[in-house]
Amino acid sequence: MKTNDIILQTATKVVLFLIVLFSVHIFFAGHYTPGGGFVGGLLTSGAIVLLLLAFDMKTVSKILPVNYIHMIAVGLLFAIGTGAGALLFNVPFLTHAFGHIDLPVLGDTSLHTATLFDLGVFLVVVGVTMTIIQTIGEDE
Amino acid sequence: MINFLILPILIPLVTGVLLIFASKRIMLQRWIAGISSVIAIIFSALLVQKVRVSGIQTLDVSSWEAPFGITLVSDMMSALLVLTTSIIAFLCLIYSFWSIGEAREKFYYYAAFNFLIVGVNGAFTTGDIFNLFVFFEVMLMASYVLLVLGGKKAQLRESIKYILVNVISSALFVIAVAYLYSVVGTLNMAHISVRISEASQGNPPGIITVIAVLFLIVFGLKGAIFPLYFWMPGSYYAPPAPILALFGALLTKVGVYSITRTYTLFFYHDTGFTHQLLSFLAIMSIIAGVIGAIAYWDIKKIIIYNIIIAVGAILFGVSAMTTDSLTGSIFYLIHDMIIKAALFLLAGIVIAIAGTSNLHKISGLIKRYPGLGWTFFIAALALAGIPPLSGFVGKLLIVKGGFEAEHYWGAGIVLMSSLLVLFSIMKVFINGFWGTPRAYKEEEKVPVGKMLIAPVILIVIAVFYGVGSEYVYPYISQAAETLANPEIYIEAVLKEY
Repeated sequence: MKTNDIILQTATKVVLFLIVLFSVHIFFAGHYTPGGGFVGGLLTSGAIVLLLLAFDMKTVSKILPVNYIHMIAVGLLFAIGTGAGALLFNVPFLTHAFGHIDLPVLGDTSLHTATLFDLGVFLVVVGVTMTIIQTIGEDE
Repeated sequence: MINFLILPILIPLVTGVLLIFASKRIMLQRWIAGISSVIAIIFSALLVQKVRVSGIQTLDVSSWEAPFGITLVSDMMSALLVLTTSIIAFLCLIYSFWSIGEAREKFYYYAAFNFLIVGVNGAFTTGDIFNLFVFFEVMLMASYVLLVLGGKKAQLRESIKYILVNVISSALFVIAVAYLYSVVGTLNMAHISVRISEASQGNPPGIITVIAVLFLIVFGLKGAIFPLYFWMPGSYYAPPAPILALFGALLTKVGVYSITRTYTLFFYHDTGFTHQLLSFLAIMSIIAGVIGAIAYWDIKKIIIYNIIIAVGAILFGVSAMTTDSLTGSIFYLIHDMIIKAALFLLAGIVIAIAGTSNLHKISGLIKRYPGLGWTFFIAALALAGIPPLSGFVGKLLIVKGGFEAEHYWGAGIVLMSSLLVLFSIMKVFINGFWGTPRAYKEEEKVPVGKMLIAPVILIVIAVFYGVGSEYVYPYISQAAETLANPEIYIEAVLKEY
């Protein structure tokens, strides 16, 4: 059956970018305020699910040719790598480092290795959610 | 290097992640997994030596000082268990190369395998009760994958049961931890011990005893003690031999380890109730296990019921709470991990040859496979604890400890059970290996020689563990000393107390 979902498809094209931008905002907000990799990841996967609803699986996999299982692994590598980095400096596992650095354009920015860890979480969450949804969705 | 004790957790974790990328390239996966588990064995052995030389090792993860952050603690017991786990993992791994089949290998078998080891080693190493829960979950997630991988009807049926049982027990675990936290206000295991001691000057509050029993239920479900073992014979029956060996040798032992840890470190104030209960359940587990082991005519079932007997014997030693019986329990725990892994792997070969695990349909294997037959025979003797093999010393110490603590009945039953264990496993030997040889359909395809490598190495380790018990004894007694005197553990973790 072919459904007429022109409204959904048109809206999705705009809303998608809003959601993704918001998820990036939430991700970086997690630095010092509520937010972070987990919610950010969920929002991003929400955006992709919206895309899946509006179009179909083939189209989406053409737009985003990502192997989500590998995405989980990359995320895990980020998270473990951040933790294991501590081994190089002979401080306890997962010890983080941070500092204020003067970046061009952005000015005085506080950088924290926890962000890298969070990036790992972000990738794992997107990877896991999409793997689950795709596996269930493929059944039809 | 201060991060030393996290390496046995970190190495399989990184390996597991790398293996996800290589999921379609089987040879590459085997090499990566094999090399990394050898490295893990080396580091675990070094860790044991380090604990031997310089005492308990602790690591305040993320630099949050104990008791505020998560602390990893390697005392002798956990270091020895981590070493045993690493060795068994390596041997199950090389056994898998020739038996697990390409379909599983391509479907993240080795990755899940490594994640399971992460969970087991983590549970042995952590010094934080909530972190213990987390590592339990890591271990269980991986075990769900391994159990269901292959998708046969029996596997799916048993996976549902297994997941249901474990979800319920995990929920209970969180509830128990929450109760404990609400009473003592801390999650660090050493700190919990201090707080409980403070709270129970002379007379422990009833709520602590309630929590102790709750923990016994939670860990008893994982460790398969009476009457909570009901799920095990079915669930462990479903997966193929190397996975079964991993489950039988490691997963139940994590439950046993957790009971031992909590009952020696936290709940040693009201022993009149809690340890009596533990001792009663341990004896009942032995009896129930013996009945199962004798009743069945199925190799896998017989060995699975032997797990329950061993769990009972170990926990009986723990419940007696003398230094001797604790030494015996640790001795027997490590012996049992090695020997159960060996037996399951051997049973796997028998089943691969005969195409069935029903003893009525197998006979005369020793004529055509003498190596397999004699290895199984030695394994059977070691399991029953015939001196000088590895089961003997542990059981001797457990019984001695039992008599010292005046549990004459219990100690007698532990002794008697050895005979019946011998009977149950000899039944396998006599029916399966003696008699007239039969022709089996799938026989030619089984690479018996290659599959024998892992169990033979395990048996050699078991023999050395028994014959060389004089060299092993100092390590084990150091482990038991920490269990018998919680102050040593507490001092190592909290320093200023």
